[in-house]
Amino acid sequence: MPHPMPPLAIRAYTATSALGRGLSAHADALAASRGGLAPNDFSVAPLACWIGRVAGVEDEPLPARFAEWECRNNRLAWLALQQDGFADAVHAARERYGSARVAVLLGTSTASIGSTEEGYRRLEDGRMPADLHRAVIHTPHSLAGFVAAAFDLDGPCLTVATACSSSAKVFANAERMIRLGLIDAAVVGGTDTLCDSVLFGFNALELVSPEPCRPFDARRSGISIGEAAGFALLERAVGDDDAPLLIGYGEASDAHHMSTPHPEGLGAELALRDALARAGIEPSDVDYINLHGTASQKNDEVEAALVARAFPASTRASSTKGFTGHTLGAAGILETAITLLAMRDGSVPGNLGADAPDPLCGPQMAWTREERDIRIALSNSFGFGGNNACLAFARAGYLA
Amino acid sequence: MSAALSVWVGGIGLWAPGAGDWHAFREIVSGAATAGETARPAADVLPPNERRRAPESVLLAAAAAGQAVRMSGREADTLPCVFASAHGDQVITDYMCQTLATAPAELSPTKFHNSVHNAPAGYWTIATHCHASSSAVSGGEYAFGAGLLEAATLAVADDRDVLLASYDIAGSGPLGEMTTTTGPFAVALVLSPRADGAAVRLDITPEPGNSGGEPLGDAWLDGIAASNPSARAIPLMRALALTRPTALRVAAAQGLDLHIDVGVAG
Repeated sequence: MPHPMPPLAIRAYTATSALGRGLSAHADALAASRGGLAPNDFSVAPLACWIGRVAGVEDEPLPARFAEWECRNNRLAWLALQQDGFADAVHAARERYGSARVAVLLGTSTASIGSTEEGYRRLEDGRMPADLHRAVIHTPHSLAGFVAAAFDLDGPCLTVATACSSSAKVFANAERMIRLGLIDAAVVGGTDTLCDSVLFGFNALELVSPEPCRPFDARRSGISIGEAAGFALLERAVGDDDAPLLIGYGEASDAHHMSTPHPEGLGAELALRDALARAGIEPSDVDYINLHGTASQKNDEVEAALVARAFPASTRASSTKGFTGHTLGAAGILETAITLLAMRDGSVPGNLGADAPDPLCGPQMAWTREERDIRIALSNSFGFGGNNACLAFARAGYLA
Repeated sequence: MSAALSVWVGGIGLWAPGAGDWHAFREIVSGAATAGETARPAADVLPPNERRRAPESVLLAAAAAGQAVRMSGREADTLPCVFASAHGDQVITDYMCQTLATAPAELSPTKFHNSVHNAPAGYWTIATHCHASSSAVSGGEYAFGAGLLEAATLAVADDRDVLLASYDIAGSGPLGEMTTTTGPFAVALVLSPRADGAAVRLDITPEPGNSGGEPLGDAWLDGIAASNPSARAIPLMRALALTRPTALRVAAAQGLDLHIDVGVAG
C-alpha cells in the first residue's frame, strides 16, 4: 500500500455543463434538484435519447488569435476557463512560478473528433475540407495543446485519454510531478463534447437510455450522454491552507473486459483502497461519495454493492449523472467540482432520476438532497478498458 | 546539477518496419545485420483469439511491451503501465468517421470500444491479469517524450517499476493526411527506480526549448524517425542499442525537451 501523500491545495476550480456556466449555476441547480437533461437535438440524424447539452456553444467562436484551434471541444473549454476567475488564477500562477513550472494535464475521451467527423461529412475531393485542414485539431492532444497555447505555458503538457476516468486521473499525474519538484502548479481537468462517435457508439453497444438516465434505479435503462468542461489549479498546500484539498487518489485496472466492469468491482475497490491509503483515512472518515453511477445495468450493480459493503451508513452517496448526463472524459473533473461544492455548501446532492431504488443499494444512498457537514469526500470515475480512479478531497480548513 | 529523475532500464522492446524486435534493431544499428522484411508484430502476450481480432495498434503496442517485460524478468501483472500514442488507432478513427458520415446507425460496437485511446492498455491488463494502474496518454507530436516523462515520474514517485509503451500506426484516409504518420512503430521500456543489476541508467532533466531532433545521418533510422511520432524515440533507442554513454534531448511538449544522460554501468 502507498504512503500517505502531502495534500495539494485546489487554488481555483470551475465547471460548465448542461447545468450552466460556472460554479453558481451548478450549486443552484443541485440545491433545487433541477436537472439539465433534454431530448436529443444533436447531430444530423438525432437518436431518440436524452442528452446534457451546454447551451450556446455554437454561437461563441474562439477569439480570432486561436482560430487554428477552433472546434466545439476547444470552444467549450474556453467558455469554462472564463468562469469563476479561473483564467486569472492561472495567469497569476504563471507570474508566480514561470511558464515552464506550470503543467497542463488534461483528460478527454474524444477531444475534438467532432470536427474530424464533420470533415468526413463534407470532404472536398476526398480530402479534409480547407477550413478543417488544421492538423492540431485532428488528434487526441487538441485540448491540452490548446489550453497550453491559450495560457502560453511551456511546462509538461499531457493528455490522459482513459475513457471515462480521464479527467480524474490527471489529479494523480499532477500530484506526482509536484511532489517530485518537476513543477510548482498544474492546470488539471478536461473537456468532452457531444459528437456522433459517442452517441452512435454507445447506442451500438445498447448502453443508451431512451429516457433521462436513472442511476441506481431498479428499472434503469442505460446512460444519457452529456458534455462538460472543468478545470482545477493545483499547488502545494501551506500549513493552514484555506483552499479545499486533494488528499488522496487511487488508480487500478479491472483486467476483466473492454466494455463491462469486473463483476465484483475488483478494480474499483483497489482504486478505493489506494485512495484511502494515500489520504491516510478509513472508510468511516468519508462523509460523502460522488459515485460514478452511469445508470448502466452493470456499473450501478457493481458500484452499489461496493458502497454497501465498504462504508458505514453515515457515509452518504449519490450519482449526479441524472443532473448532467454522463460527460465521459469530463466526468472526473465535473464531479470533482460538484463534490467540492457539496463540501463548501454542506449539501449532499440528491441521486436525481431514481424513484425505485435498486435493492442492491445500501443505506448510504442519498436519494434526495440532504443538509450535511461534509469534511471528507470521494469521487469515483470508472472507464472502458477496466480503468478505475478514485479521488479523495477535504474541505477548506482541514489542515488548520 | 543533479537530474530531476533517474531511472534504470530493466527491459526494452521495439517493432519497426525492418526490425521485428529489439534484438533485430540492435543488430542493424551495430552493423551486424541489415533491415529485413518484417512480419505482423508478434503480440504473443495476447491469447490467440484476441491476437487474431486485435486492432493493429493493440498488436503493435502489446508486441513491444511483451518484449520489454520478458527481458526485464518482471511479472507483467505487477507493473503499472503507461501507453503513449500521438494518434491512437487511426485506422479505426478513419472507419468511425467514414461510417458516421454515411450510415451512422451501422457503426460496429466492437470498433467503437476498440476506438478508445486506452484500448491497448485495456487489452494488455486483461491479457496479463494486471490490476495495477494503467494509463493511456498523448502529447501530440511529442507523445513519446510526454509518455517517458510520465512513466519515469510514476516510477520514482511511487518507487515502483513501470512499463512504458509508445506506439503509432500509419494513418489512413483523409485523417491520415492530417496526421502525416506514414508507417508503424512501437517501443517499450521497463523503467525502475533502482539499479537491480540493470546496465543502463537514464538521468532525465526537463529543459526549455525544442532543440533536439537533428537527423542521425543514417537513412534507415532517420526514415523511421520521420514517419511516426512515437519514433521520435529513435535517437534514444540507438543510444541504448550501442550501449554507449551519451547525452541527448527528447521533446516532451511544445517548448519543453527532456535532457537525457544515458549512463552505462562498468
